[in-house]
Amino acid sequence: MSARRSAIHFTVNGERRAVQAPPMKRLLDVLREDLRLTGTKEGCGEGECGSCSVRMNGELVNSCLVPALQAEGAEIQTVEGLALDGRLHPLQQAFLERGGAQCGVCTPGMLMAAAQLLDHNAHPTLPEIREALAGNLCRCTGFIRIFESVVAAAAAKMDERASEAVLEQAHNAR
Amino acid sequence: MRGSAEAHELVAPGSLDAVLELLALEPGQWTPIAGGTELMVAFSAGRLNAPKLVSLWGIPDLRFIETTVESVAIGAGATFLDLRADTVLAAELPLLARASSWIGSIANQSRATIGGNLVNASPAADSSPALLAYDAEIELVSVRGRRRIAYREFHTGYKQNAMAADELMYAVHVPRRFARHRQYLRKVGTRRAMAVAKVALGATALLERGVVREMRLGAASLTPFPTRLYRTEAALVDQPVTRETVRAAREALLGEVRPIDDIRSTVEYRRRVAANLLEEFLLELRQERAQS
Ligand SMILES: Cc1cc2nc3c(=O)[nH]c(=O)nc-3n(C[C@H](O)[C@H](O)[C@H](O)COP(=O)(O)OP(=O)(O)OC[C@H]3O[C@@H](n4cnc5c(N)ncnc54)[C@H](O)[C@@H]3O)c2cc1C
Ligand code: FES
Ligand code: FES
Repeated sequence: MSARRSAIHFTVNGERRAVQAPPMKRLLDVLREDLRLTGTKEGCGEGECGSCSVRMNGELVNSCLVPALQAEGAEIQTVEGLALDGRLHPLQQAFLERGGAQCGVCTPGMLMAAAQLLDHNAHPTLPEIREALAGNLCRCTGFIRIFESVVAAAAAKMDERASEAVLEQAHNAR
Repeated sequence: MRGSAEAHELVAPGSLDAVLELLALEPGQWTPIAGGTELMVAFSAGRLNAPKLVSLWGIPDLRFIETTVESVAIGAGATFLDLRADTVLAAELPLLARASSWIGSIANQSRATIGGNLVNASPAADSSPALLAYDAEIELVSVRGRRRIAYREFHTGYKQNAMAADELMYAVHVPRRFARHRQYLRKVGTRRAMAVAKVALGATALLERGVVREMRLGAASLTPFPTRLYRTEAALVDQPVTRETVRAAREALLGEVRPIDDIRSTVEYRRRVAANLLEEFLLELRQERAQS
């Protein structure tokens, strides 16, 4: 076998980490096996389901399609890095309160995709939420509770009236 | 069977020059990997036939979008999210901006590069119809220097292209002279965002007093590799957009396209959809004529 292990350095959830891994090892497996960050899930392993979504240098990526070496020097954020000082992220709180998670396999990826959306667009419309989450499949919830959770999380920062209108829009889409 | 990471070497020299040196040293031995959204899928499925890979990801010399008076130069390493964020593309080359939004999910678009889309050369590649309609040029680079070829001559057969073994795609140049052209892009597939195109047609047309002066038609999934529909174009150029012209163009298209037969849909279905898309565009041209 030609490939040796390489030392790969990156920042994960704000902490500098180094692993010894074959350079083609999937970032997903490095996170789960080498760093024991098992919040990130594997669904399809083909880029289709989004269960493995994490943020890399500020962009949402599917970690099943990232070879470890391409994460060298990167800033990675996983679902474990969403909560701050033991307080749930507003999205996590909203998913909890509104049934946005059932079996939970899709949830970490869904949260990361939603966090990415809200960081760039604090007041997303329903079509914008749909597009942002189009790469994240859920077999359980039928999506509406997920969309509602995202709206509710955004609403935590939104002015009261605007949030009511969008919530109604989401409700009417049922 | 899942692919084994140990079975593949992967290096990341970090600069364009260093990658080119490596390709020149052992031409044909190294497979470039950019965003990996094609190659890593093959890897996961255990069908990646590439023992030695060299990473292009993160090389700044390949990831840019630069505008000059005549054209927009898009680095081969620019992602489709980069393309969507570019204001000149959005304003002047809307077909390309729209196609960029079709390349899978946001997580896919943040990794998928335009170079990877074109070199992978799927007959269904979503950026191809727009780039054919805009008469784009491809710039290739190697230690021997750079050269440019028309994009319409880049694909030379099913999954074959004009690149030499020591070359990389460097940039895609899209001319900015299409502002006065009528523009069209439509894809018919099962699921709009996530499905790989079933049939797509891109078109730009220049009309003078109702007569077609220029017509460029780019197709995906209608031929074994993305290509212009030259015979259909010829049936339209220097013609007024009449019912007869539309009929003749439909005939030309049906005679010209030959989709590869795969499970995605039947050949006949694709041919008919393609003819309908063409007709839709031509009827738009007629209507605009009637209104003006
Ligand atoms: C879930 C999912 C959905 C998708 N949906 C679509 C879709 O709707 N439409 C569509 O068109 N595609 C789609 N794709 C395919 C893929 O995302 C695109 O083709 C993408 O643009 C490939 O770029 P990449 O950088 O990821 O390619 P890579 O996998 O890195 O490389 C692909 C090929 O290009 C070569 N290459 C890359 N860059 C260069 C270069 N600069 N010079 C020379 N060779 C190079 C590589 O050697 C390889 O042969 C989808 C993929 C997935 C996983
Ligand atoms: S496991 Fe990565 S997208 Fe499905
Ligand atoms: S909660 Fe089960 S897949 Fe989404």
